[in-house]
Amino acid sequence: MFPEEVLEHVFSFLNSHTDRNTASLVCKSWYEMERWCRKRVFIGNCYAVNPRVVIRRFPEVKSVELKGKPHFADFNLVPEGWGGYVYPWIVEIARAYPWLEEIRLKRMVVTDECLEIVAKSFRNFRVLVLESCEGFSTDGLAAVAANCRNLRVLDLRECEVEELSGHWLSHFPDSFTSLESLNMACLGSEVSFSALERLVARSPNLKTLRLNRTVPIEKLSTLLQRAPQLVDFGTGAYSAEIRQDVYSRLADAFSRSKNLKSLSGFWDVTPAYLPAIYSVCSQLTSLNLSYAATRSPDLTKIVSQCYNLQRLVVLDYIEDTGLNTVSMSCKDLRELVVFPSDPFVGEVDVLLTEQGLVSVSQGCSKLQSVLYFCHQMSNSALISISKNRPNLTCFRLCIIEPRVPDYVTHEPLDVGFGSIVENCKQLTRLSMSGLLTDRVFEYIGTHAKNLDMLSIAFAGDSDLGLHHVLSGCDSLRKLEIRDCPFGDKALLANASKLEKMRSLWMSSCLVSFGACKLLGQKMPGLNVEVIDERENVNSLPEYVPVEKVYIYRTVSGQRFDTPDFVRIMGKDKDDLFSDKGLKVAVLFCSNFGTFRPCCCTRSRSL
Amino acid sequence: MMHLKETELCLGLPGGGCEADTALKVTGKRGYSQTVDLMLNLQTNDQSSSTDLNDNKLQNSTKNNKDPIKPPAKAQVVGWPPVRNYRKNVMAQKSNNEETEKVVAATAGGGSVAAFVKVSMDGAPYLRKVDLKLYESYQQLSDALAKMFSSFTMGDYGSQGMIDFMNESKLMDLLNSSEYVPSYEDKDGDWMLVGDVPWQMFVESCKRLRIMKGSDAIGLAPRAMAKCKNRC
Repeated sequence: MFPEEVLEHVFSFLNSHTDRNTASLVCKSWYEMERWCRKRVFIGNCYAVNPRVVIRRFPEVKSVELKGKPHFADFNLVPEGWGGYVYPWIVEIARAYPWLEEIRLKRMVVTDECLEIVAKSFRNFRVLVLESCEGFSTDGLAAVAANCRNLRVLDLRECEVEELSGHWLSHFPDSFTSLESLNMACLGSEVSFSALERLVARSPNLKTLRLNRTVPIEKLSTLLQRAPQLVDFGTGAYSAEIRQDVYSRLADAFSRSKNLKSLSGFWDVTPAYLPAIYSVCSQLTSLNLSYAATRSPDLTKIVSQCYNLQRLVVLDYIEDTGLNTVSMSCKDLRELVVFPSDPFVGEVDVLLTEQGLVSVSQGCSKLQSVLYFCHQMSNSALISISKNRPNLTCFRLCIIEPRVPDYVTHEPLDVGFGSIVENCKQLTRLSMSGLLTDRVFEYIGTHAKNLDMLSIAFAGDSDLGLHHVLSGCDSLRKLEIRDCPFGDKALLANASKLEKMRSLWMSSCLVSFGACKLLGQKMPGLNVEVIDERENVNSLPEYVPVEKVYIYRTVSGQRFDTPDFVRIMGKDKDDLFSDKGLKVAVLFCSNFGTFRPCCCTRSRSL
Repeated sequence: MMHLKETELCLGLPGGGCEADTALKVTGKRGYSQTVDLMLNLQTNDQSSSTDLNDNKLQNSTKNNKDPIKPPAKAQVVGWPPVRNYRKNVMAQKSNNEETEKVVAATAGGGSVAAFVKVSMDGAPYLRKVDLKLYESYQQLSDALAKMFSSFTMGDYGSQGMIDFMNESKLMDLLNSSEYVPSYEDKDGDWMLVGDVPWQMFVESCKRLRIMKGSDAIGLAPRAMAKCKNRC
């Protein structure tokens, strides 16, 4: 038996959550030791566990990371009001962890009240990262700015913020100098430029600055000059009338930014201003031009100089020719993301095809992660990609039209994706599209043993497809499915698998109310949430398919903050969707074990 | 005289009259996805691709025989392609600016070049494009839009093919209703009601079209009338 001090020292080297979880299962004393010295807690599903349980087990936490809504919420598949409220967590951790330093939230509803509590409760608060969150306004940000004296990171990634004013930024006091990272790219309102400039000037440790669209291009050089130590810079709107003086100042400022490794922003690009960044291209490891609606020649000129690029996010305007240049110039590329410029228009006038991806897979030997939107694909292209890049870990392909076959042979793309899972043995994330039959799922079940997350849409023929995946993918934790003919049989036959996964989402499939109820009854360790907004839902017979079902494992039982269109199946006697009305969140008062109902603070009223 | 046919939005399959009620019963919600379904040629049940998987691993499993209970039609194309909201909004704006360049180039180059403009309809998730040069009157455009968006019609435009802007009460009736009216963005960036200027002038100044609810278009009328008065 090791003395405690030795164990604690050893554990301090365990940083990954999975390692720590595994260590805690070795024996009772390791469990005890580990829980006292765990500093960072990660909860992948906020409804999987109760905050009090977390606090009881880990009393010395400095960093909390939580995720709320399922991934498909990003694409409007989760109706407003579903849940993911962080308020109950904030209340509990504010009480339990006065020395908390970091909060990271993803896809959660965060209110101004939550931000105010955060601002006032943690004296040494340092890091606030809100990714794809909603429910708060610039007032909440003002509270954080005014009160978090030791704040280092304020990172708002793709949040939906109610913009009351840009004045929040001015709430950072003059004595506040600890800022290291500020990402306000998702905000729409204009902040006082002089306040911003002064903030940047008094923040010697500022490494990341991502501006929002309202900061004009003429002002960029001022900021760059104030912060020559910047590593990660996001511009505002990158457009103006072409003026030589503005251009020269900007080009000069960029050339002096010797530490710059990451660039983003570039809304509303005026192409003539793009060469201003040429001097830093060779330094860049990350470049996001996905708002730069400018044509291939301009984009190609830039990427051809980015010899050290590891991450490229770009629009399909880059076209196959641009990607060919990437394949020749960006030999260190690890991640490629190509977004569609016009996702909803039928006609295609951009020359980006599967060829672009094939070239990059050929030329960039370190390529690991791909997110690619295009209009056509072939099995042979997929096979080439898989043979070129067996080291792929994340492959997400979105062919924009659903159920489109191999454009050359008109066959399904089963064999192509099959080749991907067979050759890319380290694949942990896969999203598929195009015409796919049950066969591709057989390949996946057989080969994709390291697959952690799978996204399926408009694919498959029968329950067999789902069964292959659930029974074959040993490492699968997150499965999200939409518009596939998968139903009750596969789901019920693999019920025990669901407890080994974080979650399963199925919408517009063939899973019936009856099956959901049965699953919820038989599996107390799962919440089976049926999300159905039909007006006549309570009168539908049990064999009718549900609109959406979200199944996740949990140790905290059913939740009580559901809206009227969510029903947690197999738990109540009546099993009915409740009437419309304000739902109450029930919080346990930790000292007395009594119910203390309190209204869930909502982003929008019912 | 202004005659705008009943433009009550029918969300059923084209040619079948108003089937919104039927759609409602099945799904309890609007079934516009059925219409869009047709346009995209989505076939839920016809992809009987060869599956020679004779080894049936699933006990008692019968291949899904295209169950008579179809999944609810709703949400078939919501959220597809999987692009986030803020990205959609940004790109829509960008494409708009691009379109300007195209149309300007087209009209500058000569009369025979095409004049493609995007057409969006509130509530439909897909945009379409029309080449305004293919038509010679508002009526022809109206017919083409009707084909594109199934049950939408603009009705008769009278002999000159113009909305009678002088008949304010009729105009306001229309704009207060929940019927759909076509609007367009002109060279100046203003949104106008379709039909206020002579056809040729419209073709040259139209940058994009948007078919919107009458009640949403209400702000356009005064501007349209003012512009018309300035031009006439």
